[in-house]
Amino acid sequence: MGAPVRLLEVSGLKKFFPIRRGVMQRVVGHVRAVDDVSFFVEKGECLSLVGESGCGKTTTSRCILRAIPPTAGEILFRPEDGQVVDVAKLSKGELRPLRRQMQMIFQDPFSSLNPRRTLLDIVAEPLVANNIGNRREQLDRVADLLKLVGLRPEYMRRYPHAFSGGQRQRIGIARALALNPSLVVADEPVSALDVSVQAQILNLMLRLQDRLGLTYLFVAHDLSVVKHVSDRVAVMYVGRIVEMAPTAPLFATPKHPYTEALMSAVPKPDPRLRSQRIVLEGEVADPANPPSGCYFHPRCRYAVDACRTETPQLREIERGHFVSCHRATELRLKGIAA
Amino acid sequence: MSNQQPNVAPILSVRDLKTYFFPDEGTVKAVDGATFDLLPRTTLGIVGESGCGKSVTARSILRIVERPGRIVGGSIVMQKNGAQVDLAQLDPESREMRQIRGGDIGLVFQEPMTSFSPVHTVGNQIIETIRLHHPVSKQEARERGIAAFRSVGIPKPERRIDEFAFELSGGLRQRAMIAMALSCGPRILIADEPTTALDVTTQAQILDLLRSLQEREGMTIILITHNLGVVAEMCDTVVVMYLGRVVEEGPVDAIFHNAKHPYTQALLRSIPSIRSIARTELPTIAGSIPHPYNRPAGCPFYPRCPDFKPGVCDKAEPGLTVVGDGQAVSCFLYEQT
Repeated sequence: MGAPVRLLEVSGLKKFFPIRRGVMQRVVGHVRAVDDVSFFVEKGECLSLVGESGCGKTTTSRCILRAIPPTAGEILFRPEDGQVVDVAKLSKGELRPLRRQMQMIFQDPFSSLNPRRTLLDIVAEPLVANNIGNRREQLDRVADLLKLVGLRPEYMRRYPHAFSGGQRQRIGIARALALNPSLVVADEPVSALDVSVQAQILNLMLRLQDRLGLTYLFVAHDLSVVKHVSDRVAVMYVGRIVEMAPTAPLFATPKHPYTEALMSAVPKPDPRLRSQRIVLEGEVADPANPPSGCYFHPRCRYAVDACRTETPQLREIERGHFVSCHRATELRLKGIAA
Repeated sequence: MSNQQPNVAPILSVRDLKTYFFPDEGTVKAVDGATFDLLPRTTLGIVGESGCGKSVTARSILRIVERPGRIVGGSIVMQKNGAQVDLAQLDPESREMRQIRGGDIGLVFQEPMTSFSPVHTVGNQIIETIRLHHPVSKQEARERGIAAFRSVGIPKPERRIDEFAFELSGGLRQRAMIAMALSCGPRILIADEPTTALDVTTQAQILDLLRSLQEREGMTIILITHNLGVVAEMCDTVVVMYLGRVVEEGPVDAIFHNAKHPYTQALLRSIPSIRSIARTELPTIAGSIPHPYNRPAGCPFYPRCPDFKPGVCDKAEPGLTVVGDGQAVSCFLYEQT
């Protein structure tokens, strides 16, 4: 295969939302939703962005798709022709051909499908919008796509309400794949589903990735799901990546105290493992008014003076293992054995 | 039936509870024959996927099932001051039931944002609850409310009590919700998905809070959740429901390490565990949960069941069979004939 190709390279990405007050709607501050985030995704891999609500994981993914314009930073994307472009700088017209190669799977299969349109309309929509094929070819393509995601093509004249949550998520996946994208951004694709259906959708996504050579940017809060699907994981906290590493070392030997706490907080489905959980005090910092130094220091049980004053930078402490913590190399944190 | 210690009388006994809904389109058997016991000072988990009837079971106990639903059979016997009260027989609007609801049994809802009124301060809502159940002055009720806030770990309770629900964070809102449920000193707390809307680190805080409250106040908890991890961490006994039926119940360790019902087994296998091997095919349960109008005849799980026996499972409904120490399962695999 040769050296891995970076399909996506994000550097210094920032997204600030202005806070407006008063009659004049003066800007009185900014919510730093994404605050200097850098990472890359290699072709064919699955990178997960994980974190709690408000950590900026969804905003990051939406900036990459240019659903919202980023405040600053570069989003380098390598389309099929190999000419790397900066998605952040492109105009709407220049973006259009690129959008075919970046597609999205949404969280809520109930609100992301138009109830007044049939499966055929929904799945063929990307083809129609991009003038691909005639009606006959579009029909065939939709039938193929439905088969691909495990639905019967005979269903294509039906409306979404006739389908269960899991089936609807399959429809959403079929729509995302209609244009043969290279990058698929999946924002919490299974969190609205029942446990028994979650596994079906995760299996489907993994199978499709192998079969079609897809690259996933997976946004999720559920660490068990993330561990299951990802090649690499980036943990976010208050708009920043605090740790990024290949999945196995991240879970076995986390290097950031927040990662450790997050993993320990996940309830394990085994009553014999009722463990000494690390319960974080207080709440997630306010991204409009973050604390000084390391954003995590007020809740960190390992914090020292330097953490209060100096902002740690994301640095590579082992091959491929990035951490932004002053004490990353000295701490021996507890992970989860495989 | 599901008691390990026969010397301890259950505080609440549900027997063959049936709560049906009668919309125009037909009948939905939301809860169809639930039977379980709640022992004092323990935590009982009711677990299942959407539509299994776990929330309706809780609402039936509190008698807040909304029309067109009603209890059509069974009993819910609660121990009260040495006597036994069958909640299923009481008028939901009666004085006695209103005293029990909120007084003896507290309720914590899933979504703290929608369960608080947005136009009243959380304090006023707690004061209202307290004064409904106890003849105290506004000032005293406020004191009790502040004490309740303090006991659930809300910082600066005397300030927070005058805030509106939207001014509190998700975790604080859920704490306030729990404080409200506790303000009248209930013996039983029903928590319906209390942490589902919360982040994992906040969830860990709330679960810790529930556990310490149980130790301190000697409370009995019914925890309703779909999250098997939460069940494993919190519960002493577990009731697994599927489409309105109790498919299995037993001590938590038996359920997680010696599950008997094919549904429980499949459910446990299908969750991606934080310890499982990454990027391997997860075992799944075939198909999806049937629509309540098309409930299969016989055992509700048979169309998805790997151990389906034609001519048996699709003909009759299995009853609960005792299979071990406090463990009972409703499946023909275990039924003695």
